[in-house]
Amino acid sequence: MWIQIILVVGVVVVGLFLTRPSGRDSHLALRRLFLAAFVVVAIGSIIFPQWLTWVANLVGVGRGTDLLLYGFVLSFLIYVSTTYRRNVQLDRKLTRLARELALAEARIEDATNRQDDPN
Amino acid sequence: MTPAASIEPDAAVERDSEAWIIIPLYNEATVIGRVVDELLERFVHVVCIDDGSTDGSAAVAAAAGARVIRHPVNLGQGAALQTGLSYVTQKPEARYIVTFDADGQHRIEDADGMLRAAREHDVAIIFGSRFLDDRTKPGWLKKVILKTAVWVTNRTTGLRLTDAHNGLRVIRTDAASLIDLQQDRMAHATEIVHQLGKTKLPWEEYPVELLYTDYSKGKGQSVLNSVNILVDLLVR
Repeated sequence: MWIQIILVVGVVVVGLFLTRPSGRDSHLALRRLFLAAFVVVAIGSIIFPQWLTWVANLVGVGRGTDLLLYGFVLSFLIYVSTTYRRNVQLDRKLTRLARELALAEARIEDATNRQDDPN
Repeated sequence: MTPAASIEPDAAVERDSEAWIIIPLYNEATVIGRVVDELLERFVHVVCIDDGSTDGSAAVAAAAGARVIRHPVNLGQGAALQTGLSYVTQKPEARYIVTFDADGQHRIEDADGMLRAAREHDVAIIFGSRFLDDRTKPGWLKKVILKTAVWVTNRTTGLRLTDAHNGLRVIRTDAASLIDLQQDRMAHATEIVHQLGKTKLPWEEYPVELLYTDYSKGKGQSVLNSVNILVDLLVR
């Protein structure tokens, strides 16, 4: 069935995506494209409810509702993975900031110690 | 400056001022004082990087005479190590950096021996290894985990080490200045080997003994932690 192939490929792509070093901008662009597609599909399925079922049948799923569920699972996975990466990058920034602070403080302490004790 | 260190490690030789000790410190108030005391008998410069301890470790280390650098929040052992490396490589008088664990499982004689080897053989990096002889006796589970870590490290770094995640290392400052650890948590132990390997500078392993006290056993890395290390290495 088509849906199985689509879902498995989708999950694998998300998994691979996680282990790649990220180009930050392309990351952001993908997130936004994803969101735009989501809006279009949502509006489409509200105006033409049968459309979803038609697409579902096309890929071998019985009802549009089921297709919606599959889509939801996949998008949740994408959300989790992109959020995880964002967190990793934020942690790195925090570390760098905290380190600069610690080193700056150490430099000041070293300078004052040197003044107190000329040796 | 004496060219070769004394052969007897406990002889009252002059304290080493070329080698700087860096100790990532996180909540080890009960043991850090003694570790710093003993290190200061042999070394002039002992730097503790306090990684946001909440048990007063920083004050204990400072009272014992260590130079204490403080992280404002807890970041992880890898982050603390990198802060220490950045701090010492700015010091023009520093020639070697010794990374040392705060929990007292390393022997100062081993650090001494590694420094002597680094000077006599003119190598930039010395990795401590507990598996070069059979003095250290880890439990079988710890041994399996460590050996797996060694395998993963050798796979990803291209070096052929017998031990990984051993906190005792000697790094010459020219090699240390090329290190930029991104792994804040335990995965830094693999990352540091990777980055040191990329410097192409000469390295050696040196047999060390790890003192598995009840205290250090209680704090040891768990099986679940090795899962974290693997994920940290994979997801960048």
